[in-house]
Amino acid sequence: MIDLLIPTMISCIVAFVVVFVMTPPLMKILQKNNLAVKDMNKKEDVMVVRPGGPAIITGIIASEIVLYAFLQMNEILAILITTSAAFVVGYVDDRKVMGGWFKPVALAVSAIPIIVLGAYDTDLAFPLFGTVQIPALYLVLIIFMIPITGNTINSIDVLNGVASGFMVIASFSLSICLFIIQNYEIAIVSLPLGFVSLAFYKYHKVPSKIFPGDSGALTLGAMYGAIAIVGGVEIIAAIALLPAVINSFLFLSSVKRVVEHRQIKGKPVDHTDDFRLKATGDKKAPVTLVRLILAGGPLFEKQVGHMIFKLTIFSGVLAVITAFMMGVAL
Amino acid sequence: MKSGLFGFLFGMWVLIIVGGGIVVTILGPITISGFGDYNWFIASVIKTIVALVLVVIWILILSKLKNWIFKKEIKL
Repeated sequence: MIDLLIPTMISCIVAFVVVFVMTPPLMKILQKNNLAVKDMNKKEDVMVVRPGGPAIITGIIASEIVLYAFLQMNEILAILITTSAAFVVGYVDDRKVMGGWFKPVALAVSAIPIIVLGAYDTDLAFPLFGTVQIPALYLVLIIFMIPITGNTINSIDVLNGVASGFMVIASFSLSICLFIIQNYEIAIVSLPLGFVSLAFYKYHKVPSKIFPGDSGALTLGAMYGAIAIVGGVEIIAAIALLPAVINSFLFLSSVKRVVEHRQIKGKPVDHTDDFRLKATGDKKAPVTLVRLILAGGPLFEKQVGHMIFKLTIFSGVLAVITAFMMGVAL
Repeated sequence: MKSGLFGFLFGMWVLIIVGGGIVVTILGPITISGFGDYNWFIASVIKTIVALVLVVIWILILSKLKNWIFKKEIKL
């Protein structure tokens, strides 16, 4: 454990510093190339540059290479290749409008390196009841997991700072769980995800100076999914991600099909005169987490973000309880 | 509303724990014999079908739970 301390510290510092230092020049380049979109939740015409994905993936690659130099684990390579592939998928979607099925299918392909490198265990671990062996079914689970986690994080990226702040809480919760179940090596491998998200949150929080874009959100989501598979903590990871899962579930159960957000006709959220967010009564609009939060009355963007963070902390606590329950057998 | 969201999260968590119990105690022990080298494959296919049915049931229960907790808000 002690011998893992130095690679842990170096990789975490590298993850944070690379994103923290690289994002401002990236913002300048994006500004220069006019790659900016209107921030819909601001009263004034505020343009925000996107995507921040290139800074995020650089931080992840640099920190995981540091870890690979020390640990030389196949699992690190699997996470690195899958995450990089998800970044490419997101970057293509950032630059060119793709169909609704492009991302799920392309992200499913991104999961293949995990299978090829054999960086998984076919035992699915459940709290209190033990494990179940599902050799064939597990391969299907891997293929589905990366599109689900990638799109889940992407779908919650609707307000300033929410996607990155959400990932800070969810990924650190997952790291704590990995330490609790004594999977120390994967716990260390997972830490850079939290530090990359934390460094990006500095620029993404209200008022955003940069948006992660699909490339950023899919990169964070895919890495989270890859860690869940490689670490054998699929159930715990799903629990830590529950607020975003609820958002996707509410969206899909109201729309009843897989569609891109831009294809949605109704408007779930509108603005008051003082530019607080309020839920609309539009029957065509999907039910989302933000819309449900706003059903209690209008709130400022920052307040909605904080409510989502409170829900994420709650699900993080449930994930930690679940991790402790993994060691208990009925 | 806020307590409803926390309640819904907690409900999902309970469903995951209970669903896990069903998977491990009922689905896991399923074994098939009489198909030679294909025993594991047939057993896997059966487990997959049962797992998919369980997922559908899980989603239906979750939908009912959502409608019960957010009946006023969903009408919006």
